Amino acid sequence: MINNLLFDFTVDKATKTVSITREFDADASLVWDAFTKAELIDQWIAPHPMTAKTKYQDFKVGGKRFYAMISPAGDERWAIQEYTSITPKTNFKMHNAFADADENPELPGSEWDHTFSEQNGITTVSIIIYNESLERLERILEGFTQGMKMSLVNLENLLANLSGK
Amino acid sequence: MRRDIFQAIADPTRRAIITLIALQAMTPNAIADNFNTTRQSVSKHLKILTECKLVKQKQEGREIYYSLEIEKMKEIDKWIEQFRKIWETRFNQLDTVLATLKKQKK
Repeated sequence: MINNLLFDFTVDKATKTVSITREFDADASLVWDAFTKAELIDQWIAPHPMTAKTKYQDFKVGGKRFYAMISPAGDERWAIQEYTSITPKTNFKMHNAFADADENPELPGSEWDHTFSEQNGITTVSIIIYNESLERLERILEGFTQGMKMSLVNLENLLANLSGK
Repeated sequence: MRRDIFQAIADPTRRAIITLIALQAMTPNAIADNFNTTRQSVSKHLKILTECKLVKQKQEGREIYYSLEIEKMKEIDKWIEQFRKIWETRFNQLDTVLATLKKQKK
């Protein structure tokens, strides 16, 4: 696989904005599907060893996706996304907020803006995430780091068990 | 009370104070001269910055000088780097998903 694809990541603390740009070696319709169809999103959105599952998705303006990020220990962190604007294969916007297992959102959340453009079979995706609070950004990270640490502990236990034999 | 660097940088005045004292140690009065605000308000911001361990104080005679803890500022960069890594992992996973989809289409 070619690995000279652009990846740009910046955090502007003053405007509480995260900007991410990435190129993908696929046409725009395929990349669009990967970002907008729950069964595909679930395959990549959770950084390993976390996993993702979508309980339901209704991809239309005003529609929602209710999903969880699951840690290796099985802890579920639910979140709810509401689509606020959709221009097929070009742009979609949504509001994202953590939630409990009963779909009650915990505000404030964040605003996400995705833009897709294709050139010579390479699709560039630009994501702008506006967080109402920096603490919230920090919490997202904490969740992920905990998940990663958990899996390391699991691995340690496994190795200890194996070497004990 | 739990304080962290993200609380410290979440406020525009505190960010401006950080920028000021990054250049040289300053007294609260000298800092206040740079803002359209009361000495009291600057003291409040300095208290928060101190609680976040982003600034240190040094007594010189009757004056207290505030300066920046550069090492602590680096924590922010480290934090951003972790966040960037999450997205890197995500997108590498997405590359694999896309490659699989392309094969299926053929």
